[in-house]
Amino acid sequence: MTQGTRETNLATATQALQNYAESFSGLEKSAASREPAWLRKLRQDGFARFGETGFPTVRDEDWRFTNLSAVAQTPFRLVHNGHHLPSRTDVAAHRIPGAACELVFVDGRFAAELSSAGKLPNGVKVGSLANEIAANPRAVEPHLGRYLNIQRDAFAALNTAFVEDGAYVHIPKGVILESPIHLLFISVAHDAPTVNYPRNLIVAGENSQATIIENYVSLGQGEKVLCNTVTELVAGDRSVISHYMIERENDQSFNVSTLRIQQGRTADVASHSVLAGGAIVRNNVHPVLAGEGGECLINGLFIGRDRQHLDNYMLVEHASPHCGSRQFYNGILDGHARGVFHGRIIVHKDAQKTDAKQTNRNLLLSDTAQIDTKPQLEIYADDVKCTHGATIGQIEENALFYLRSRGIDETSARRLLLFAFASECLDRMKEGPARSYVENVIQENLAHIADASRRQEQGS
Amino acid sequence: MSLLEIKNLHATVDGHEILKGVNLTLNAGEVHSIMGPNGSGKSTLAQVLARRETYEITGGEVLFDGKDLLAMKPEEAACEGVFLAFQYPVEIPGISNAYFLRSAVNAIRKYRGEEEMDAMDFLPKLREKMKLLDMDEKFLNRSVNEAFSGGEKKRNEILQMAVLEPKLAILDETDSGLDIDALKIVAQGVNAMRSPERAILVVTHYQRLLNHIIPDRVHVLVDGRIVRSGGPELALQLEDQGYATIESGVRGASPAA
Repeated sequence: MTQGTRETNLATATQALQNYAESFSGLEKSAASREPAWLRKLRQDGFARFGETGFPTVRDEDWRFTNLSAVAQTPFRLVHNGHHLPSRTDVAAHRIPGAACELVFVDGRFAAELSSAGKLPNGVKVGSLANEIAANPRAVEPHLGRYLNIQRDAFAALNTAFVEDGAYVHIPKGVILESPIHLLFISVAHDAPTVNYPRNLIVAGENSQATIIENYVSLGQGEKVLCNTVTELVAGDRSVISHYMIERENDQSFNVSTLRIQQGRTADVASHSVLAGGAIVRNNVHPVLAGEGGECLINGLFIGRDRQHLDNYMLVEHASPHCGSRQFYNGILDGHARGVFHGRIIVHKDAQKTDAKQTNRNLLLSDTAQIDTKPQLEIYADDVKCTHGATIGQIEENALFYLRSRGIDETSARRLLLFAFASECLDRMKEGPARSYVENVIQENLAHIADASRRQEQGS
Repeated sequence: MSLLEIKNLHATVDGHEILKGVNLTLNAGEVHSIMGPNGSGKSTLAQVLARRETYEITGGEVLFDGKDLLAMKPEEAACEGVFLAFQYPVEIPGISNAYFLRSAVNAIRKYRGEEEMDAMDFLPKLREKMKLLDMDEKFLNRSVNEAFSGGEKKRNEILQMAVLEPKLAILDETDSGLDIDALKIVAQGVNAMRSPERAILVVTHYQRLLNHIIPDRVHVLVDGRIVRSGGPELALQLEDQGYATIESGVRGASPAA
């Protein structure tokens, strides 16, 4: 890089930071009159922290494999109210058949006119976080921002600075939701780069059971979009919660998501991530097993092609005895795609009898695809069981020939083998609407990749 | 017209010539056996016929049903009616046996312009064939060959053959790793497939499978060439005298030696 371009990059990065500062003071002014003091404090702390750190660079150990300069240098602007709404037809393409209710968020803001409330059991609340803060701040205050650590992540800090709206889900004690809650986040392309900050709070009471799907999609063609989203999920004692993060935005999208799970006593939580879209994607999953006997399944699949960059950062904290965590991430990478799996496990001093397992399996379908996989175990208790393993391989030629020798054409054979590999993740999801939807997303993406790799082979 | 005509076939792998001019003709309705010592090129021949692309064809031609087999991809050969029972069947985790077989059947039906079969039509047919091979129903839902015993894998190959109903079935060392009971079941399955429209090529090192599947012709492959052909009695003779006499005969006769 020449001196000249380095200066230009620095100038654009500085300009971008100024944009954030302007957006922030604008938001502070407009929100000042209507928001409670604790929220204002949260917001200010968030921005102050972001001001201290700025965006992380590859010199930061947690971001070693993900170069964010494209994000740091883009002068993203907040999307203001009054934007044009997507039509119902736009939304229809993303509906999940069998969902109990569907909340639609456009550029991070709740769009009531596109959402369908459905029929939910008494006491279950599913709606806009902004509305809940306005109507019932006392329900929000004890949880919002209480679990997320803004000190260790600039994006979490930035999201907190710009907290406005997102989903608020409350499932009371003992309530069992049979069908999933679908939260659909639509990032609309505008004629200038835009950023949106969905902030979700999910509070599941004792003995409750629910499935929540976060589904991120793009709409329209235009400039780049950064979606910086945070979800705090509080799983009460003995609750059974499944959470899905589905990323299928377009190749003009940056998506940084953080799922912070706080697990109560013998709570059973499953986090399923499926990354299929986006240009640069960072998927942070951070469960804290705070109560004794908790179980956490961290299951993921990332499918990358072209120049996609899909980074998965797991931080599993065992803070209490007798908890179990199982991480399984499978990656399929084609073209020049790059994947990252960073699996960090921290077993705190008191977390005796911890059983933590981590497996990352990858298929690289081209010579130019790349995976960085990094286990990181920090164990401060003495009676624990922690295992980790990673594999990197290709489609087995033997298996491919076997299928073809039975009459199955090469593209279909590849697709079958890829799907079999992806099924390892699918099989860990409970049967139901969420899993069926995910299966379709996977099939769609693999069809593309099976064809692409065939073309590539023929070309070489 | 013969079903399979191999003329002066040469094939190499990684620059080493394995097949050095194989000639063989197979008519529909016939069962032939190819015998030969280890490394003689038996499996190479089987895999070349199934169109494995790791082998480079350096000479000769193969006509299958009058068509140029060497111009076909593996899936095309399969759809035209060539079937290879693998010496080492491949394990494919994550794909159930039933799904795999139905995909194969439908791929072939589609190629032939026939309507695809749904699970409802297909499963009864599959179950019937499984009974013939004394296979438990649990194999339907298990992943293809995954954690199957050696005998189960071989039976699974014959099951596939029975379901796909090829014109030419090539059995590559199907007897290896089978105990006598399994061997009998497999042989029964193969014999049930004998028909005037179908040819079967049994590739084997040992004669014992040929006690149960009686071939019309036996060919001996040594060092990439068929050096002797005869009736079923040739197999017995080989069992008796071993390959050594034939090998030394071939080598001794070679002018290059």
